[in-house]
Order: sequence, then C-alpha cells, then structure tokens
Amino acid sequence: MHSTRQRNTKNRSVQVSLNGALRSGAGGAASIDIEAATIAELLTKLAERYPDMSTHLEKGIAVAINGTVYRDDWTQKIPQGAEVFLMPRIEGG
Amino acid sequence: MSDAVLVSTKVNGDVVEFACPTDEVLMDSLRDRAGMNGVKEGCGTGDCGACSVTLDGQLVCSCLVLGVEANGREIGTVEGLTEDGKLHPLQEKFIEHAALQCGICTPGFLVAAKALLDNNANPTETEIRYALAGNLCRCTGYDKIVRAVQATAKDLRKSKKR
Amino acid sequence: MAHDNSYTGQKFEVVGNRFLRPDGIDKVTGKARYGADANAPGQLVGLVLRSPHAHAKIKKIDTSKAEKLPGVKAVITSDDLPDLTGGNAGNAHILENCMARGRALYDGHAVAAVAAVDRQTARQALKLIKVSYQKLPHVTDVDEAMAPDAPVIHDWCFTAGLEEKPTKPSNIANRTQMGHGDVDAGFAAADVIIEKSYKTEQTHQGYIEPHACLASVNPDGTSELWVTTQGPFSYRSVCAALLGLDIAKLKVTSSEIGGGFGGKTHVWTEPLALALSRKANRPVKLVMTRDEVFRATGPTASTSVDVKIGATRKGKITAATLELRYQGGAFPGPWAMLACMTGFACYNIENQRSVGWDVIVNRPKVAAYRAPSAPMAAYAVESTMDLVADAIGMDAVDFRLKNVAKEGTQAPYGPIYGPIGIEAALKAVKKHPHMKSRLKKGQGRGVACGFWFNIGGQTCVDLNIGTDGTVNLAVGTVDVGGARSSLAMIAAEELGVGYDDVKVHVADTSSLGHNDTTEGSRGTFSSGMAAIFAARDAIEVLKGRAAKMLDVPVEDIVWEHGEARATGKGHGNLPKLSLKEIAAKSPNTGGPIAGHNEVVADGAGMGFAAHICDLEVDQETGHTEILRYTVVQDAGKAINPDYVEGQFQGAAAQGIGWALNEEYIYGKDGRLQNPGFLDYRIPVCSDLPFIDTKILEIPNPTHPYGIRGVGETSIVPPLGAIGNAIANATGVRMNHVPMSPVRVLDALDQAAQYEEQVSAG
Repeated sequence: MHSTRQRNTKNRSVQVSLNGALRSGAGGAASIDIEAATIAELLTKLAERYPDMSTHLEKGIAVAINGTVYRDDWTQKIPQGAEVFLMPRIEGG
Repeated sequence: MSDAVLVSTKVNGDVVEFACPTDEVLMDSLRDRAGMNGVKEGCGTGDCGACSVTLDGQLVCSCLVLGVEANGREIGTVEGLTEDGKLHPLQEKFIEHAALQCGICTPGFLVAAKALLDNNANPTETEIRYALAGNLCRCTGYDKIVRAVQATAKDLRKSKKR
Repeated sequence: MAHDNSYTGQKFEVVGNRFLRPDGIDKVTGKARYGADANAPGQLVGLVLRSPHAHAKIKKIDTSKAEKLPGVKAVITSDDLPDLTGGNAGNAHILENCMARGRALYDGHAVAAVAAVDRQTARQALKLIKVSYQKLPHVTDVDEAMAPDAPVIHDWCFTAGLEEKPTKPSNIANRTQMGHGDVDAGFAAADVIIEKSYKTEQTHQGYIEPHACLASVNPDGTSELWVTTQGPFSYRSVCAALLGLDIAKLKVTSSEIGGGFGGKTHVWTEPLALALSRKANRPVKLVMTRDEVFRATGPTASTSVDVKIGATRKGKITAATLELRYQGGAFPGPWAMLACMTGFACYNIENQRSVGWDVIVNRPKVAAYRAPSAPMAAYAVESTMDLVADAIGMDAVDFRLKNVAKEGTQAPYGPIYGPIGIEAALKAVKKHPHMKSRLKKGQGRGVACGFWFNIGGQTCVDLNIGTDGTVNLAVGTVDVGGARSSLAMIAAEELGVGYDDVKVHVADTSSLGHNDTTEGSRGTFSSGMAAIFAARDAIEVLKGRAAKMLDVPVEDIVWEHGEARATGKGHGNLPKLSLKEIAAKSPNTGGPIAGHNEVVADGAGMGFAAHICDLEVDQETGHTEILRYTVVQDAGKAINPDYVEGQFQGAAAQGIGWALNEEYIYGKDGRLQNPGFLDYRIPVCSDLPFIDTKILEIPNPTHPYGIRGVGETSIVPPLGAIGNAIANATGVRMNHVPMSPVRVLDALDQAAQYEEQVSAG
C-alpha cells in the first residue's frame, strides 16, 4: 500500500465529498482528504479509515470525478485537484 | 380432462379439431391446441385486447370466449393477415411507422385495426382512437399506431380507386 | 481499456436515419416468441398460491391433499427454498419476497406453488392446499407507517442514516440527506417563500405481457430458464444464488420482452419455477395472471412530499428544501434516496437540502419504474415552482430559465454538471408554436421539467463477419424498444457496410460475458459503445487480412468507407478491397474475422426534458382531457429518431396515466381493491392526442457518438405539467396524484365553498 504512494513523487491527496448516508459512515464529515491515485485505492483507504462505511461500500456506491459518474470502473484514475464525490449507486427502470 | 368436448373449427381458413375442456377459454385453445401463438394474453379479463381475434367476422377478446363456442365457426387471428406470403398493408405500415416497440400488443391491434378498416374505409382520427380503445399499448402512447392506421386507410382507398 | 470513449463529432452516414426495425416482421405476424410462447417436452404447468391477507403469521401449510391429487408432480413452500444467501441482505429480501417465510407481508405474497400436468389440475391443487393464518396488524399508507404507534413490520429494521442509532425498530429503513449551501441563510434572503405538501399514489409499470418463464433443472444441476426479463445475466446470478446452482450451469435466455419499464429487472416467480422443476424433474412453465402481476410485482412507491422554495422578487431562487417519504413495500429500498438526488436536479440552487425517508409498509416490494422515484419529487417541485412564479408575478417558463441548471451547476447529489440540455429544452419550449396557440375558456396550459441520471454499466458484445460479408452482432442487453435497429446502425456505420448487412441478436447467458441489466436507459448507450469498439477491433483484423491479400505491410493499410486501401510508395496500383472481398477470402487468410469488446460503459450522459401540456377540465364530472402535448428532450445523439420519438411518446403517455388515473387502491383490510386493467386504468387510445416531440442533440462528451440514454426522462415531467395546466385551467392547485375526476371534483367543490365563505363573510 505504502509503496504505491512512494512511486508518486507528488502528494496525491484529493478532497472527497460525501453525500447521503455515506456521511454518517464517516462520522458525519461532509468531506475528507485522502491520498489516492485511482478509485480502487480510494475505496480501499476509505474502508480502512472508516469501518462504519463498509456496509455502504458493499451495498454499492458510485464515484463522480469532475462530473462524470463512475459506477463500476474502479481502475479509473483520479487526476490531481479533481472534484471527487462519493454517492450512492443508482439504478434505473 | 373427463369433461372435454370435441371442437371442430376453422382457423384462418384451415380446419382445426381438438378436444377442449369445457372451462377452457378460446385464447388458450388457440395458443395451446391450434398453435396460434400470435394470440397474446395480457389480462385474461377482456380489458387489454392482446388476444383479439375475429369470430365469424366479429372482433372478440378470445379470453372471454370459451373454446367450445368456436365449434362450427370461423376464427381469424393475426397469423391469417398475411396472404399469399405477402404482408397485409396494415402489417407493412406498422413496421414503416414504427408503430410497435415491445410488440406484445401488436397482433391484437392489427386484428382490431383490420376489423375497423373492413367496416370503415375512411375513419377519422377519433373513430380510429375509439375503435382501438379496447386494445392497450404501454410502449408507444398510441401516436404512431394511429398514424399507421391512417396511412393504411389512405393507401387502401387509393388502390381501390385504381 | 485501449478504446477512447470520448466524443469525436464524426459525420454519420447510417446513424440518424429512420431504418425499419429488424424484428418488425416477426412482431406483426405473431411469430415473435415472448415469455409464455416457449414449450418443452414433458412440461408442467406451475401456479402460485398467494396470501389473501395484508400481514399474517403463517402457522401451518398442509400440502398433503394437493400432493395426492393425480397429475400433481410437485408442491413447494419456503421449506423447499432454504436460505443460502449467506448474509447478503439484498438476496435474502428477494428470497423472502419470492415466497413468504413464516409470515405473509402483503396481499398477494406467495406462500406455496404447484406444478401439475395441466392448468385444470394445477388450479384444483391450489385449492387443496390449506394454509392456517394468524392475522397481524397491518399498515399500507406511508405517513401512517411512520407514526410512532404504527405496527412495526420487521423487528430487525432500525433506521439507518441517523446520527444516533435508534434503540427501537420502526418502519423507517433509512434516512438520506443531500444538498449544499446554507438553507437558513437562503430562506432569510427570500422575498417570497412557498411551502406545500403533496401526495402521490402507487402506480404499476403496467407492461402488457405478464411475467412468464419456462424453467428446467436437471438432477446434475444443469438448468435452463427461458424468461421475459430486462436482465438475463442478473436473473441468472440471483436465481443461481437463491437455488444454490453454479452460474455457468444455468443458462438464461431472454425471450422477446412485452414491456418492462423497470418491472422486469427483478426476479419474482422465476426461482419458484426453478424449484418446482428441480423437485418434479420436469420442465415447468409458469405464467402470472394479471391479478398476480398487480398484487405481487413491481409497483412504484407511493409518496408524501413537502417542498419549500424561497425566491427574490426578481426571480432568483435563494433556497429550497424537500422532505420525501417513499414507501418501498414490505422491504427496504433506495427509493427516497433516489428522489433526494433528483428533486432539484433541473435547477441551479445554491442553498438546498433534500431529506428522504425510506419506509416499509404491507405492500408488494417496490421495483424500479422508468426513472424510478423522480416523477413524484418532480411533481412536488414543479407544482411549487409555478406557485412561486405566480407569487412573484413572473412567467413560469422565464422563472425556470432564470434558475436553470447549466454546465458548471452543482447537482443535488454533489458533482458539477458537464454539458446538459435543460436550458436548451426550456428555450425550445419557449419558442415552440405550441406555446403560442390560443386556449379557450376552461382550458389551461402547463409546463414542467424533468431529469434522469441514465446509467452505463458492464457490457460485452461479439461481432462476427460471415464469408459473404454480412455481420452478426451479439449483444447482452435486451431490446425493449427497438435497440436492435440502433445497434445494427452503429455497427454498420463503423464498418462502412449497409444497415441490412448487420443482424443483431440478443445472446443468452451462455454465449456472452456478463452484461448488466437493461435499465437506466443504458441499452443503446452501452451496447452502442461496445459495438463501436468491437467493430473497430474487427477493422484491425480486416486490415491485417487485406495486408496479406495485397502482400504489403499492415502499417500501409488504411480503412475508409468500408474498404481497405494501401497507402504509400509503390502501392498506387493496388486495388481497394471491400469488407465483402476480404471476408470472402477469410478462410484462407487466417480464419473467421471477429471483433469483441468488454467495457464498463461509465459516463452516461444526464437526460433532461421539458414538456408542454394543454388540457380542459370538465367542471361537471372532474374529467380532464389532454388536448395537446409536446415533449422536448435532449437525446445527445438520436441513432434512430423513430425509436427515440417512441421513447419520448411512451414515457409521456405513462406519465399522463399516472397523473390522471392510475393508482393502487387499498381497502381498510389492507387488500388491493383494483388488481386488473378495468379498475387500474392505463391510458387508452381515445384518452390521448398525438404526442408531439422535439429531439435536441447536445452530445454526451463521454460517448464516441455523443449518445445519452433516452428511455426514462420523459416520464418525469407529465405529473407537474398536468398539475400546472389544471391549475391554470381551473384556478385550483391539485396536491394529490392521480388527479382523477373524483379528486378534481372534490378540489373544485372545496374551492367553490371557500369562495362562498369568503364572499358571505
């Protein structure tokens, strides 16, 4: 885990905004700072830091990066300074 | 099956005979015994028109008719619309006007629309809408269905004049 | 993924034309095979016994007499479906919804099922099953279910999403909050604040084809399921999990689907058919009746909503809040949460908060229905938007335009929008001739907006080129509204061949990798994306074969207009090779030519629409007649405009039915009073006018062709548009959907009485 961080010389900290029930999983925080280069890394670290959030993460969530909503592709890179939102996974008719 | 009755009927011009339980509706007889799977079940209570057929030329919901009532009578289903391997103009116009989406109601609409045009070669929009009010479609909002029927009626009138 | 899914703005030759649908002939001749149209040797007829009670303990089920009836081959209860869900709450709820486990949770909840040699015998067997019930207190209304003295349906349900975990169970499954800014400060800055409450009743997707399947399970676990479904792959994984089958051994084939609208995204009787077949070791055909469809499948939530909107005299919204109470039936659902995310999505509101309460009641488990949860929230918001516009003396469309969401606006659920089409839609509404047509006395016009996310998801296609140059495209999304036509057009466009040269078919689960369910308006968006990439894959193969045929390095081959051409020095005399020529030689140049693609089609473009409705209210009967209706919606790119229009019109018609007539009516006994198309009245042909459409094309930047989903959005605006039009026609604001004759008449009477009191006083 820490080796990935070392590969990046720059600080990859991103601000992640939380919405809906996810907030209560993070002790009520509206946004948190986390170092992550991809969605997968972000989710792993979230689960480590906030065990209460794991039920929500398992239920399904989506990640919006600069306005584009990703529901499945956890390999997606998070650009520096990106606007990142964690939100519940949606379904449709 | 002890209460079955022998039924002899004509479906789309062909003689069909089968043993029919007395509580079986014509829709099931047509589907299960005559192989007419174009007759669709949407409700079983005569509200949706997906099972529309003609019985001696009269438009009926085949879920409201008993199979035994078909004895000695003539039935028309969507399978009988095609003549000499050619689509009926209504069938062509339905495809052309995108008048179907899922298509489950389409056989019933075609049978009902043909019954309308057989009796009224030049129906108004309102006449079309009321003639088809016994057939439910949940996909199209009926817009393209009405247009397809209007276009068919127009074409049929033209071809008759010639 | 090697393929770039960003918008290219390419010029189209095939895409955008109105080609005839490839499944048309089968569907107009009765040849198309739907859920109930498959048969297997030795098949049995399956039927389900359902609870007549809204809530009851099942003390005992005696199946012995039914089992002894000659011709009965299997009888099952929940004992035949042991819980294998291993802590997966979602699957456990699905299992319990498929068949009651000790408790019937709603009128129509399955308690037992039989398989017999024919329908008559199966019906008789159902009558011989004796169930001893002990009735329990029930609740079917969303507000009543939230009351502190309401009977608690599940002792395991503790409200999630509260700051402090509750100590007692209740019917409130979840609280969700969305929003941003400072709502209190926003309202303090408002000149006008309107606060109002609304209710909407439960509606059903109302697909004309009832759920139907043909299931066959062998003793070695190999199984087949032919079924009408929007999601064969999801049906496969859920059925395999519930029955303990191996995923690879269960082949699910989706039949032609007679409408779904979200209601065929979840399993209902399919696991029962498989369990019956397993017990009888014979194929079982199980077709639901319409009564069962209404009582036990897929309705949408009934709701109760409070809205508060504050604005300045100049028409700027300063703050807005929503409180949304949605019932999900007998199990927890995400429905209020979705409403929180969509309610204010059309507007740029700096200070906003939406709070959602997901509530459990004794009604069938709610399923997605076309833009699930959005229409009810939009009804409340759009009605209130008109009230605010009226209060500040501004035109209702101008007021919307003044506050409209644009690229850069923050969505209620957080992210900043990319390019979206709601401003363009409202401007198109303003310019539309419909807005200038004259209304007579007693008639009214209403406008409303709507939003739906649209989704992408896991997708996989196979493209195979035959030796005659014709193309098979196998897709795993179901064709619910003409997608085979659009997908054939997309493949033809990429390959440079004719539309008629491409044959698209929906593959079964054994022939293709996993595809997510066809929901969220994703069919053409995601399979279209995969088809583009698969075709580009095939083109690389075609170029390689052309290089071999021309004996030049592959780097020298370019692909243009369906032909391979050698470029560079010395190749000027070489002939161009068409796809057909290359395909003809394929057996000798390396074998079959194919392209494949597996993709997570993320980045679906948001869908926005604005509708205009003219109507007339009969003051004597309360009946509302729709006179004229116009849909304006952003499609991103319309592949086949005929079927885009079809989606707009169909969605609008469903919304009109919802607004004016459709509702689940429960008696005091908690039983559904109108489980049939006679009493649950969906619009018929004579209820509607032609529905005019205008397609806008604001490209979605994350799709190569700019496609957005189009299927759902237009069910969202009609409730508000009709409510607004009724208010403009009668001066009476309806706050309860459906705005059926009896409710409109009541509202007119109340308004008249109020007038009398005022003038007398």
